Amino acid sequence: MFYIYCPHCGEHREEEEFHAKGQAHIARPADPDSCSDKEWGEYLYFRKNPRGLHHEMWVHAAGCRKFFNVTRDTVSYEIKEVYKIGERPSVVAAGN
Amino acid sequence: MSQKNRLASGGRIDRSKPLRFKYNGREYQGYQGDTLASALLANGVDVIGRSFKYSRPRGIVAAGAEEPNAVLQLGATEATQVPNVRATQQELFGGLVSSATNGWPNADMDLMSYVGKVGGRMMPPGFYYKTFMYPQSMWETYEKFIRKAAGLGRSPLENDPDTYDKINHHCDVMIVGAGPAGLAAALVAARSGARVILADEQNEFGGSLLHSREKINGRPAANWVAETVAELEKHPEVLLLPRSTVNGYHDHNFLTIHQRCTDHVADQAPKGQVRQRMHRVRANWVVLATGAHERPLVYGNNDVPGCMVASAVSTYINRYGVVPGNELVLMTTNDYAYQTALDWADAGRKVVAIVDTRQNPKGARIEEARKRGLNVITGSAVIEVQGSKRVSGVSVAPIDARGDKVTGSVQRLSCDTVASSGGWSPVIHLSCHTGSRPEWRDDIIGFVPGKTVQRQLTAGGINGTYSLRKVLEEGARTGAQAAESAGFADAAKGIALPLSEEVQEGPAMALFHIPHTKPTARAPKQFVDFQNDVTASGIELATREGFESIEHVKRYTAMGFGTDQGKLGNINGMAIAAKSLNQTIPQTGTTIFRPNYTPITFGAIAGRDCGELFDVKRYSAMHRWHVEHGALFEDVGNWKRPWYFPKAGESMQDALDRECKATRESVGILDASTLGKIDIQGKDAREFLARVYTNAWAKLGVGKCRYGLMCGEDGMVFDDGVTSCLAENHFLMTTTTGGAARVLEWLELYHQTEWPEMEVYFNTVTDQWATMTISGPNSRKLLAELTDIDLDGDSFKFMDWRQGKVAGVPARVFRISFTGELSYEINVQANYGLYVWEKLFEHGAKFNLTPYGTETMHVLRAEKGFIIAGQDTDGSVTPIDLGMSWCVSNNKPFSYIGKRGMAREDCNRPNRKQLVGLKAKDPKKVIPEGSQAVDDPKQPLPMKMLGHVTSSYYSANLGHSIAMGMIRDGHNRMGETVYYPQADGSVIEAEICSPIFLDPKGERQNV
Repeated sequence: MFYIYCPHCGEHREEEEFHAKGQAHIARPADPDSCSDKEWGEYLYFRKNPRGLHHEMWVHAAGCRKFFNVTRDTVSYEIKEVYKIGERPSVVAAGN
Repeated sequence: MSQKNRLASGGRIDRSKPLRFKYNGREYQGYQGDTLASALLANGVDVIGRSFKYSRPRGIVAAGAEEPNAVLQLGATEATQVPNVRATQQELFGGLVSSATNGWPNADMDLMSYVGKVGGRMMPPGFYYKTFMYPQSMWETYEKFIRKAAGLGRSPLENDPDTYDKINHHCDVMIVGAGPAGLAAALVAARSGARVILADEQNEFGGSLLHSREKINGRPAANWVAETVAELEKHPEVLLLPRSTVNGYHDHNFLTIHQRCTDHVADQAPKGQVRQRMHRVRANWVVLATGAHERPLVYGNNDVPGCMVASAVSTYINRYGVVPGNELVLMTTNDYAYQTALDWADAGRKVVAIVDTRQNPKGARIEEARKRGLNVITGSAVIEVQGSKRVSGVSVAPIDARGDKVTGSVQRLSCDTVASSGGWSPVIHLSCHTGSRPEWRDDIIGFVPGKTVQRQLTAGGINGTYSLRKVLEEGARTGAQAAESAGFADAAKGIALPLSEEVQEGPAMALFHIPHTKPTARAPKQFVDFQNDVTASGIELATREGFESIEHVKRYTAMGFGTDQGKLGNINGMAIAAKSLNQTIPQTGTTIFRPNYTPITFGAIAGRDCGELFDVKRYSAMHRWHVEHGALFEDVGNWKRPWYFPKAGESMQDALDRECKATRESVGILDASTLGKIDIQGKDAREFLARVYTNAWAKLGVGKCRYGLMCGEDGMVFDDGVTSCLAENHFLMTTTTGGAARVLEWLELYHQTEWPEMEVYFNTVTDQWATMTISGPNSRKLLAELTDIDLDGDSFKFMDWRQGKVAGVPARVFRISFTGELSYEINVQANYGLYVWEKLFEHGAKFNLTPYGTETMHVLRAEKGFIIAGQDTDGSVTPIDLGMSWCVSNNKPFSYIGKRGMAREDCNRPNRKQLVGLKAKDPKKVIPEGSQAVDDPKQPLPMKMLGHVTSSYYSANLGHSIAMGMIRDGHNRMGETVYYPQADGSVIEAEICSPIFLDPKGERQNV
């Protein structure tokens, strides 16, 4: 069970307080109506499943209700960093 | 009451406190301080069970968590039955009742053993797979046999009378294992001021020192243990947990500890005490000081009772004052095990021989053994044991220097006990739990913990450090390192290392499998995993059949799959597989271990979360009234909602018919408090609503309400509800009962991640309001008696809301309707809810005000064709599919959530499933929900299915059954007939119709 630092509360809390919300940094297309079905399908359904560093979104559901991002190693489950929505990760996989 | 194997003195037992206990129906005596295993051995009980596959008699082989055979059933009554208890870990108490778990009719005289002897070759490794594969008809025959024979105990048939607990901790340093390394680490860490938890599975701290004859600071090791524990107890930040097994090491230094609080006291916990407690620890740093398990050697008939692990024999002698036999043969690959023979001789029993597999061993203990005249046979091995229910002798033969083959003639020795030692395996289980791969070390002939990402350190036996002096040193150093890493800077200062003598030892031999004069397949069975009856020849067969990965060998042979997780056998098995594959052990690799380290009771896992406390229950403010008026309840989310209110003698359908008619004819009342309520404020609140709902919100005025559909980005409906404009920048959104939390999170997601520039705030107010809906033609008259709000139909119209007082209480009254009747939804502060509800009934008697529950609500809304999101929708349904295109706007400037999704090609193709009404041809027949529609019920299987029934009821108001369901292209098939084949072979015929069965023009709600 993870021990997650909420950047809004400024504290580590148990995973039970959080919901995982999948891959981070997927922006809603600015003009959905001009997207092709393929582009919209990619926005909706296609996600990375990396072995190693993964940037993902979590929400402190049973706490402050704020969303934030986590860089996590999907092999070791280490959380490398936590950063707020709108910020960029400082830990990134080589080649990214 | 003889304890024929009990020594007159010595050990950590209290001979002044005899305890009576039962095993397999017979009464025995042991002492305070015994384990069940030591007490059984003291009484000369050799056979404690039958083996799983071959039904061979088995005895106790070890003295701790690694014991594979002595897995017993405990419990004096049906309710207190506990399966899977290792006798080596169960402390004895007066009145303990135990029995063997496999063996039929009993362990001592087992009929199945004949099957085992005859049928042994019928059950090679892969037996299950092969049997599943080949004539399937055979499986039933085998299954009976296997199920009967394969038990390791049974669950109680009655409820557990005991209470279990959970507790959470945070600490700076968590130390697992209180042997010499753990104690030394704890002492140093504790002195630094760190918050320390020290847990050990045994009843006393000390680990190997409890049976060791070594000295620390020149005095018996037990003295140092006592002093250390005494000091630790004085540190306020130290928590000592004996009888506590760290069973799981999870991500981010989270550990679960299973503490047996009163299992050593009685069959049932004393009144007011818990039986077991689960500690959930989040540790800053973890020190694993879990020690090592001794490996037995693999030789012919090595499972005959009387064959034991060498160190276990020493433990029984030194700690429990029990010598488990009279004449010992010791086989060893190393110096350390000589101590067992010395202990045996000191106990006054006969050492027949020490058989050392090494050609020319040299070391202090060997010298001592020789000096004392013990018969040391070098360059040889015990290749085979004689005896069935107890060892009667051994065959000893010279072997070559590599241990590959027998090189000379066989001699027979008479004995009743064989102790063997193949060296030590570090207890790396916990480090494996976190995903760390173990690493092989040739110098210690064992796997040690590999690289880890946890804040974890290791000390002592787990590192392959075995000399007491070095273990103490490593423990102290590691304790200091952990404390310093956790922020206690001066932990390393002034460590006074306990001193112990270094015993000079020669190198050990890497030998696992003892050769026989015959090839392995023809030699007497050489067991690797006792609990699953895996033999050396079985492993060799697996590799011959093409299993090369050790993970596959494990699964094919079932090695390590028992409740002991192969603590004794795994390394031997891997070594045998490696040799058979012509590989080194590191090339073959090792399987790893998962939680739990030892079996854990369901009670400890559940803790208090059972019975009444199993799940959260939410009650509305009027709950007490519902209970008093005979409501039956339905779980919706965590809410307890009234389902219906049967009167005496009424069936469910009777009650529903009465509730439905009363509502349509006069007035009914529903507790709607559970609907999700979200308060939305901010200057952009209105625009935000327009983006998350499919319909228009720009023009909704203050005092007005509007129904909205919420879709995902894929265009599929996921929730609905009415939102009301309370003020220009202030709205109240309602959601489905079950969807409340999900919708709030959805709104937050879009606000925080996509449109943070919008000024809007959300807050849940579900619990703050009690909501009661009065519905029916007399609802206005009833409300008029209690409110100051002007209810005139021309000023307070359908889909308006008003602020005022109801029964003198400030209220918001919404004129919205889920029944199609004239309805008022009265919202008051929750703590006034019951009062207002009761006032309504005071005034409602003359109108026959009738309470109704969720079931009548469902019928009434279905009569009107109103959907329930989640019942009539399933995540694959667009608003258009529902026939609700009136609720979808194409004129909104912003591309709201769901718009683009609905525009996908697939959402606009013909032949989509669409929601329609369904009328059974037989008006009394209610089509079961979930039934699948077909065009032709006589078509061959598999039939072409058109869609399923989503809602179906009997409508007393209409006098016939009604249903809603999905039908392919249903909107274009009005009036056509479809068929619903049922599981019983019957077919229900139905006509496709509009889902609005009653008052299609909506006149009843607009009065």
